[in-house]
Amino acid sequence: MADVTNRDIDYVAPAEVEEEELYHAHSWITKYVFSQDAKVIAIQYSLTAIAIGLVGLVLSWLMRLQLGFPDYFSFIDAEHYYQFITMHGMIMVVYLLTALFLGGFGNYFIPLMVGARDMVFPYVNMLSFWIYLIAVLVLVASFFVEGGPTGAGWTLYPPQTILSGTPGSDGGIVLMLVSLALFIVGFTMGGLNYVVTVLQGRTRGMTMMRLPLTVWGIFIATILALLAFPALFVGAIMMLFDKLLGTSFFMPAIVELGEQLSYGGGSPLLFQHLFWFFGHPEVYIVALPAFGIVSDLISVHARKNIFGYRMMVWALVAIGGLSFIVWAHHMYVSGMNPYFGFFFATTTLIIAIPTALKVYNWVLTLWQGDIHLTLPMLFALAFIVTFVNGGITGLFLGNVVVDVPLSDTMFVVAHFHMVMGVAPLLVIFGSIYHWYPKITGRMLNEGMGQFHFWVTFLGAYAIFFPMHYLGFLGVPRRYYEIGETMFVPDSAQTLSAFITVMTLIVGFSQVVFLFNLVWSLFHGEKADPNPWRATTLEWQTPETPPGHGNFGKALPIVYRWAYDYSVPGAKEDFIPQNMPPSKVSGKKKTKPRRAKRK
Amino acid sequence: MGLFQQLTEKSWIEEGVEADPRERAAPAHANGKVGLWVFLGTISSLFMLFLSANYVRMGYPDWKPMSEHGLLWFNTGLLVVSSLAMQWAVTAARRRKLNGVRNGLALGGIFAFAFLAGQLLVWRDLVDQGHYITTNPANAFYYVLTALHGLHLSGGLVAWARTFARAWRDHNVFDVRLSVELCAIYWHYLLGVWIVLFAVLLIT
Repeated sequence: MADVTNRDIDYVAPAEVEEEELYHAHSWITKYVFSQDAKVIAIQYSLTAIAIGLVGLVLSWLMRLQLGFPDYFSFIDAEHYYQFITMHGMIMVVYLLTALFLGGFGNYFIPLMVGARDMVFPYVNMLSFWIYLIAVLVLVASFFVEGGPTGAGWTLYPPQTILSGTPGSDGGIVLMLVSLALFIVGFTMGGLNYVVTVLQGRTRGMTMMRLPLTVWGIFIATILALLAFPALFVGAIMMLFDKLLGTSFFMPAIVELGEQLSYGGGSPLLFQHLFWFFGHPEVYIVALPAFGIVSDLISVHARKNIFGYRMMVWALVAIGGLSFIVWAHHMYVSGMNPYFGFFFATTTLIIAIPTALKVYNWVLTLWQGDIHLTLPMLFALAFIVTFVNGGITGLFLGNVVVDVPLSDTMFVVAHFHMVMGVAPLLVIFGSIYHWYPKITGRMLNEGMGQFHFWVTFLGAYAIFFPMHYLGFLGVPRRYYEIGETMFVPDSAQTLSAFITVMTLIVGFSQVVFLFNLVWSLFHGEKADPNPWRATTLEWQTPETPPGHGNFGKALPIVYRWAYDYSVPGAKEDFIPQNMPPSKVSGKKKTKPRRAKRK
Repeated sequence: MGLFQQLTEKSWIEEGVEADPRERAAPAHANGKVGLWVFLGTISSLFMLFLSANYVRMGYPDWKPMSEHGLLWFNTGLLVVSSLAMQWAVTAARRRKLNGVRNGLALGGIFAFAFLAGQLLVWRDLVDQGHYITTNPANAFYYVLTALHGLHLSGGLVAWARTFARAWRDHNVFDVRLSVELCAIYWHYLLGVWIVLFAVLLIT
């Protein structure tokens, strides 16, 4: 290979790539309503997700009121309680977290971070949002049909889901299944965009291994979603047939109210397999974007390159792959073959390896970093702690012998709320504090932010730590009230009331956060285009907030990876990805990029 | 660059851009094609999950396999011809023969419609013979799977209609070449899915 110095490389003329023609909006409606601009779609996605998320939040208050103070509120009867938990679960997992991470963050940051003007299929992208919106509206409509929304639990297990003893077994469940099917169709349209934009839309010099980990996280999560959501789709379609046409895919021969139904021979277990074949990857659909984003937050706010970038990418891929072969650890108590349990326990524990690797790398990135305790950093640190806590209880539950007694207790509720509820939410908050200046041009209010952080972080622990203990005592999940038992002491009720009070307080701090979002839009401090002095491309746009087409006249050319922080000898403590080597004084780098193979 | 090389790049010590301006000057494949392949991945997951559900459900004692309908062989033939005609259109587009493209597309579309009509006929026949969707899980799977396949083909026909209209209006083969190729890939794929579904029906 010829010896090539950096200087030669600097003077290579940019390749003349003809840019694809960008769609331009002609009216207010096509610019802000039926918009094909990924940034507008991202905001539409996010606002819709937050709106339905608020419904989920209120539902959690209502069910906590019942658990903390049983029989005190006359408007919460058993039927309503089941409807609250069902809708809370489904809304938070699918319609809030999935939609916000992929539809919201994915749409906003993929084009900006890879250096593209927009998604590759803008029209399909627009359809994706509108179908998502319809899915949300169908879901909301189920609150208003006769019998109300379904109360089958968010896992929607047959046969009880469509039997008349379950609340919402007429209109509610049908609307739920239709809404899920719509969501999946809409998501697939968006998902195609995210994947293909990462593969095809990268600007010159942006190799796959120069992508920020945020993009990697969203990219892998989207691939998981594209392969896993069909399982839920299949389950939903087959259950709709069982409900509406009387087929027996899932429905066994069963007696309802003393009457033999016409169903026969179906397999409820089959639905559980389908559901969890979607359900477990879903955990990582939510977690992987959080992993990616938090890596970037830590690196930026500790002014240090991410430790083990390649390992971080490979770990994301490994976790993604493994997440497809662990689903039955949700079904240890379903009566499956013990050898199955052994297999799935093994794969489940193996997932801990790449996950732990990521945690080590986050900690090692912090080690000897120049840690700025900004709000995004506080949330990122809180995420690491919370994720480790929730992850470790996952190791408990991954073992069959430990899971069997703990299954269907509050321990499980505490575990999954820590690991896939609180932890990803902390990342969402952190990233909103991080990117709000780029999206709106103003900083969020620091005081309100600090209040929000400390109440949310400490409050979440006050809610979910004691819940583990309740689970150990044997307090079952999903019960409307437990009444008197031999094994649960009376003090458990006091603890439950405490949890409820904390829930209300943490919920209130979210209202403060939302107020901050609106207030800062008008009164926030004007933001610098790159207030955190970050390297990635979204901070290098000529306009803040980024205009239509993102990058002005010419697309940026990328010369380096996304983590050049505190490079020895460099003038500033960060080097943007699009800064040519010739403009960087002081070199730490020795090896120039391969000039050419062969 | 190969996948392995891409994923093992030491991006933290390699800076600058490629010295060869031709390298990664434009993506090697059209966006539409990559998008279609990713989409096919999703549909494959969908059909595979349906088939594995079918396989699990088969193991239960109430499963009574359906007798295959003679017309299905004929329908399969229609779909094969449709797929071949699409391939003809692709070849013609590569040779820049507009007439060939138009004829291939027309034939491909007609035979695809014929296939759908044939499938509906089989449905009606089965219903007439008393094979209702609720009679047996085997029937239910048959109806659901054929409906799903038919819906995907109908979606393809929407794309086909747009391509066909453009091939009729445009006089430049180059403009429609990609669309024709995408249609053909989708057609071959759905033919493959149908053959698998038909085989599953035959051997159970």
